[in-house]
Amino acid sequence: MPGAAAAARLSAGARQERRLGWLLCAPAVLVMAAVTAYPIGYAVYLSLQRYDLRFPDRAEFVGLGNYAAVLSSPFWWEAFGVTLFITVVSVTVELVLGMALAMVMHRTVLGRGTVRTAVLVPYGIVTVVAAFSWQYAWTPGTGYLAALLPAGEAPLTEQWPALGLIILAEVWKTTPFMALLLLAGLALVPEETLRAAMVDGAGGWQRFVRVTLPLMKPAVLVALLFRTLDAFRVFDSVFVLTAGAHGTGSVSILGYDNLFTALNLGIGSAVSVLIFLCVALIAFAFVRLFGAAAPGSGEGGR
Amino acid sequence: MARAGKRHAAGWAVANVVVVAYALFPVWWIAALSFKDPTTLTDGNFVPVKWTWDNYRGIFETAEFTRALVNSIGIALIATVIAVALGTMAAYAVARLRFPGKRLLIGLSLLIAMFPPISLVSPLFDIERALGLFDTWPGLILPYMTFSLPLAIYTLSAFFREIPWDLEKAAKVDGATPAQAFRLVIAPLAAPGVFTTAILVFIFCWNDFLFAISLTSTQSARTVPAAIAFFTGSSQFQQPAGSIAAAAMVITVPIIVFVLLFQRRIVAGLTSGAVKG
Repeated sequence: MPGAAAAARLSAGARQERRLGWLLCAPAVLVMAAVTAYPIGYAVYLSLQRYDLRFPDRAEFVGLGNYAAVLSSPFWWEAFGVTLFITVVSVTVELVLGMALAMVMHRTVLGRGTVRTAVLVPYGIVTVVAAFSWQYAWTPGTGYLAALLPAGEAPLTEQWPALGLIILAEVWKTTPFMALLLLAGLALVPEETLRAAMVDGAGGWQRFVRVTLPLMKPAVLVALLFRTLDAFRVFDSVFVLTAGAHGTGSVSILGYDNLFTALNLGIGSAVSVLIFLCVALIAFAFVRLFGAAAPGSGEGGR
Repeated sequence: MARAGKRHAAGWAVANVVVVAYALFPVWWIAALSFKDPTTLTDGNFVPVKWTWDNYRGIFETAEFTRALVNSIGIALIATVIAVALGTMAAYAVARLRFPGKRLLIGLSLLIAMFPPISLVSPLFDIERALGLFDTWPGLILPYMTFSLPLAIYTLSAFFREIPWDLEKAAKVDGATPAQAFRLVIAPLAAPGVFTTAILVFIFCWNDFLFAISLTSTQSARTVPAAIAFFTGSSQFQQPAGSIAAAAMVITVPIIVFVLLFQRRIVAGLTSGAVKG
């Protein structure tokens, strides 16, 4: 039967394609699993041990003791609050600024290339370098920005001003990324729809809120998701600007300090696992509550 | 109407200037610091009064910096090459082949793209010490390539979907061998995407700080961002600010040059991965 032979040939071809697909993906999957899945499992295991690097012989299983210790400690909740504050404020500011920046890049004709290039500079700069620039700018006696303040002010040594400066550094560094993602979303809004709304008498703001924003929603959500998760792991800027002193430590700083200052691998791992859970929760909330389409999932079946 | 148009254009021009100034002024400030002479280092001037190359000369005389620079370049390059090679294979499969488990691969890489690196620091620290990878190049290359793989897979598969693959068939019909079809038709079409991805991955590796300070303890693998944080100044009596600023400029200028040269591609790469998926 020719039909059956054709089907068999087809399935042989499909089998071959399937095997090639797996073969090509295998190295990437193996590396990702070996360097992330295995260590996170190991982190869970470590977090259930009392494990102080200064006394490795005294390691023992303590169950959820480390988690109880972390969750009942004011340091964790302070770091958690600080991280949440930095995340919410910086992502909000970035969204507004990024949208404005995307508009400028979208609408401007003259000097478009210059603006796009300039905007990429903060993206390309090493976070630590940018953080040092801000730190010296705000250090009294060295900086031009500190010179603008009344004498005796040292903003990096007080909690709220320091948090503000950390947010400023984060916003400067990451707004361009946000703006570029939003710009790509803006390009998807058809010009005719906007013109039709204008003919119907919609003002500039109405057009933006009623037409542009709804059409851009997927791009906005993806940008927000990426930036929120990124902001939640803030480490570099805080480390350079304040090293977590004066009540400005983020959860990542707390994890780092537990590991390298207190040398407590058990507690440090418990903090690591908790941060991981927070991030998973944020991602889940975005996907479920706001319906953010995970990039790639829409075309995953292709 | 014409006047309104002109005012409109002027408004956008002002907006442009504001944007450019906003983007560049912290860069200018660190550059100004790096050219200040030690006596004027703390004068707080936005423009150096006395210009000098001393800070640069100072850091290039210390192994602390030169070694870190070699580490930074070597580690970032190797991690980029491996991540782009593995990413190209996986992205080709994602873009062109039908196979079960594709969604799983995409889900896994998305998960890793969102992974908080600090969660890996404590287990990797312990594992790498046990394996003897702590404070070595491979000890940093491994996490860098892993964390940049999702970026590479997304960006590359977005690029690969745009390639008109039928050209390959057409070339074969015209009598090209599969190798020729790949070399003469497909490779030139794929090269820009691969190159763009390599730039993005390189910037990602170049930028890392957390792994660099956690998984190294000496000069043997410490990269520049980590080394800067431990700078004490090229001599005991010198403020580290000048050295830090000079070192910062050395690792910033090449990236800015890259960005200037390839800005169109970088924009395309950054947005394709995230929006078109």
